[in-house]
Amino acid sequence: MYTASDLRKGLRIMLDDDPYIVVDFQFVKPGKGQSLYRCKLRNLLVGTMMDRTFREVDTFKPAETQEKTMQFLYKEGDHYNFMDTESYEQIHLMEEQIGDAKNFLIENMEVRILLFRERPIDITLPNFVDLVVMEAPPWIKGDTVSGNYKPVILETGYKVAVPPFIEQGEKIRIDTRSGEYLTRVKE
Amino acid sequence: MNTEWKLARRKVALETRAALIQAIREFFISRNYLEVETPQRIPAPAPEAHIDAFPSGQWFLHTSPEICMKRMLAAGYPRIFQVCRCFRKHERGDRHLPEFTMLEWYRAGIDYRGLMEECEELFLFLVGKMRVGTSLEYQGEKIDLEKPWGRISVTEAFHRFAAIPMIASLEQGLFDETLVRDIEPRLGRGKPTFLYDYPASLGALARTKRDDRGLAERFEIYLSGLEIANGFSELTDPDEQQRRFEEENRRRRSAGKVACPLPERFLDSLRHLPESAGIALGVDRIAMIFCDAPSVDGVVAFTPEEL
Repeated sequence: MYTASDLRKGLRIMLDDDPYIVVDFQFVKPGKGQSLYRCKLRNLLVGTMMDRTFREVDTFKPAETQEKTMQFLYKEGDHYNFMDTESYEQIHLMEEQIGDAKNFLIENMEVRILLFRERPIDITLPNFVDLVVMEAPPWIKGDTVSGNYKPVILETGYKVAVPPFIEQGEKIRIDTRSGEYLTRVKE
Repeated sequence: MNTEWKLARRKVALETRAALIQAIREFFISRNYLEVETPQRIPAPAPEAHIDAFPSGQWFLHTSPEICMKRMLAAGYPRIFQVCRCFRKHERGDRHLPEFTMLEWYRAGIDYRGLMEECEELFLFLVGKMRVGTSLEYQGEKIDLEKPWGRISVTEAFHRFAAIPMIASLEQGLFDETLVRDIEPRLGRGKPTFLYDYPASLGALARTKRDDRGLAERFEIYLSGLEIANGFSELTDPDEQQRRFEEENRRRRSAGKVACPLPERFLDSLRHLPESAGIALGVDRIAMIFCDAPSVDGVVAFTPEEL
């Protein structure tokens, strides 16, 4: 059982007998007032979004799901095709079910696919993925410690802010939970 | 590595924050306020329904310096201020940290209206010191700080912005939800707003209005929808204060929380508390505004998650 203070982005809970994922989460507390947890939730079966505000005393059941390790094969139109690494069975997820994960998916990557009563409904990426920088503005020498950053484009088309010394063709590690740059990967 | 890089990127914000705190001190010292320090570890916090303290040994970390500062006020320190760390359990979000920095000040001889004016003057002093003119830009919105700021009562704000009147929202237990959803986002737009005269049940340490005992002389300041301060005319009646604390404890127990022991010495000292007003202002929140930061994470060196 979860309580409202467990709510965070990415948590999967049961509401009105359907599985939901928290896609946006805001803790609010008017001065002297009670803690409120404002959530934007996505229904994992039908993809619809809803807003709900919970109170400290609210509790939730975790969504009754199973997870399987699968390999990302390829994208075809808005279908993302995966293969179960044990049974070799193939499944697909739709683009809206993939969500932000599309920014970090590359072919052959192993991911966790979430199933609700045998239906694929969601994807969990490894926390860290290494991706190649495809486009980067040049490094202005001397700009190493100032805390400045520059935007680059990765092999998946994802744009991310990195320190100025990162150059085109280099591999960098991304934290898929925050979508932020973590470190340069030396091969 | 990522954390250290984030820390490096916050340098400008941390410099602005330091300059702000410096300017805050200058403002109060120039007005003959005494800077004080009161213990952060106290035997018991003031009983409040929705504020939870962290235990520290047999004692607690304070959730605000209010109780100790008001004892000083009662003992003959008529103008005092403090910038200190405060601690509140379970509070973490874009605008909340479980450990945060509070500015509190107390002044004898004024009520909440006098205090509102002092808030206007404080901000005008701060923008002057920070050399940003008399307006600020926060998240793409220009906020003019010239006096007088907007003033709207809680009753009027419910009438204007919410679907139900204030009294009905209280009776149905929807006051906080309505405030957060329908009202707060409309406040402090283009100019800061004082939201004032709260229901008496929502101002445990505030004096009620002489002509309407159902309302407390309490106000909050909003800038661009962001709540930054809570001030009020101080309640000086020990018996009334004790009843309010008992009521707060009753609400704590009914929410399954532990009651707090009554702060006896504080209650005793209220006999000597002069007519006065006091306010708590979130330093991290004003740093957010001066740094144009969307989240409190951007104006502190370390968030709890980065430790």
